[in-house]
Amino acid sequence: MRWLFEPGLFANGSVRTALVLGALVAVVSAVVGVFTVLRGQSFAGHALTDVATAGGAAASLAVVAPLFGFVGAGVLGAGAMDAIGVQRVKDRDVATGVVLGAATGLSALFLYLITLSTSTTGTTQLILFGSVFSVEPSTVPDAVVLGLLVLVGLTLIRRPLLMSSISPELAAARGIRVRWVGVGFMVMLAVAVGLSAIVIGSILSTALLIGPPASSLKVAGRLSRAFVLASALGVIATWWGVVLAYDSYYWFASRRGLPVSFFVVMLVMVEFVVTNLYARWRYWRVGTAVASPRPTKVEA
Amino acid sequence: MFSSFMTNAWISGTIVAILAAAVGFFVVLRGSAFAAHAIPNGAFAGAAGANLVGVNPLVGLVVFALAAAFGIGVTSRRTRSDVATALALVTMLALGAAFLAASTQYEPEVNALLFGEILGVSSNEILPVALLAVSCVLGLLVLYRPLLLSSIAPDLSSARGVNVVLVDVAFLVIVALSSALSVPVVGALLTFSLTIGPPAAARLVSARPARALALSVALSLLTLWAAITCSYWTNLPIGFFVGTMSALVYVMVRGGVAVSRSRHAHVRARTTMPSVTT
Repeated sequence: MRWLFEPGLFANGSVRTALVLGALVAVVSAVVGVFTVLRGQSFAGHALTDVATAGGAAASLAVVAPLFGFVGAGVLGAGAMDAIGVQRVKDRDVATGVVLGAATGLSALFLYLITLSTSTTGTTQLILFGSVFSVEPSTVPDAVVLGLLVLVGLTLIRRPLLMSSISPELAAARGIRVRWVGVGFMVMLAVAVGLSAIVIGSILSTALLIGPPASSLKVAGRLSRAFVLASALGVIATWWGVVLAYDSYYWFASRRGLPVSFFVVMLVMVEFVVTNLYARWRYWRVGTAVASPRPTKVEA
Repeated sequence: MFSSFMTNAWISGTIVAILAAAVGFFVVLRGSAFAAHAIPNGAFAGAAGANLVGVNPLVGLVVFALAAAFGIGVTSRRTRSDVATALALVTMLALGAAFLAASTQYEPEVNALLFGEILGVSSNEILPVALLAVSCVLGLLVLYRPLLLSSIAPDLSSARGVNVVLVDVAFLVIVALSSALSVPVVGALLTFSLTIGPPAAARLVSARPARALALSVALSLLTLWAAITCSYWTNLPIGFFVGTMSALVYVMVRGGVAVSRSRHAHVRARTTMPSVTT
């Protein structure tokens, strides 16, 4: 197995932290992501990572714990999107866009100030692209608590959330406060995304939030299965991504490894293609739609 | 402020502002903000890749922006378009991260691609940028009517014989080309701000397409000129001013419209903006 697991892989402390935190983030992202994909809020989910990034940069300037910067900015961003209006689908697009635009402007400022104030290079790329190998072990307990809070919160509101995701009118008729359920979900999305942005960077945050859930919804007939499958796909992609990134250090003579994010995203895409092909093959074989070939979009 | 080294900044900035507003008008109308965000990021990856293999960055920008546009266009037919866009976006960014890791690119150069370096535009870059911009505007003029119709009423337009898929792909190609030329000037992340803020504000004011389009261009020019001015005097990155001012324009116009509506509400029954039915 030496060709696969380079010597010292599991003895390495930062690799172990990466594997544990990576799995946690993958599971939280997968569970939140299934709802995100069902609700058609991928754009908001991605925009919040950039908002969280601005917060992370601000925190690093203000010498606050970065986790609070990431999560706090994400929650503020979610609030701003709601204030501009995320109820109607077309308004949602603009609201997300305006908040995203403002956040990137702030990032530009903060990152510029960081490059002025520190002589170390690579801060920008670290904040933007993240590296699971550079997470400080002290972040682990906070990250675990936040991740569990999101999972518990989602479990509590899962029925009204599901109902109002699939049919807002029906949910409202049954007395569910669709608006507040939506706000609650956005807050949890913001926390989950902020958490994953600090642990694995903004690229992977979106990849794990959207990729595995979209793959699992293609093949899982039942929602409970979609959660399990999405989590499994996310964890597999993350773990193999970490292993391959570690190995890649030895691939080139230049001793210059490729980033974890590259491998994880490629694995997520492979999973997406394979599950899509499988869904189509099954559809073709059975001749009827066993599972919905695409998540049902209920017209308003 | 208008000294010789700023001339290129003013010219290229003006081109980018006009184009972003014109493209952005349709982006807002069609609700394709996510694609408008993803495509410039794809272009960023292309610039990083071009740097690695040593070809002209503009080539990398155009190729990757087009690849992102086609990726979104093709995958959207099988999956929800927001999922397709998210996946195309992360793939492009991951490639960009790999290119950056493999190359020895200097950090300020990366920042310039992400957040823009308007002073970095050289005189011999102005001509290709201008040519690309003119072809994008011509493309928009050719597509103007079918694009407008298919944005507002896709069913109606396909009933009238408009090839909606073709119009969609053609539009994404225009977004890709305009992103490719805007990225070196205002950066991958902030091309998007100009594409959303001013056009969304303009749409709040006027429901007539031509008027809203003109207003959108005007607001965008004001935003970018103000951003260049502020950036010049404060030495802070232009991206900061472009990003925050674009959002500010939207928020202010929205506030103004709300105030004037509540003032006129009892005077005349105001026809609201024609809401775009999905």
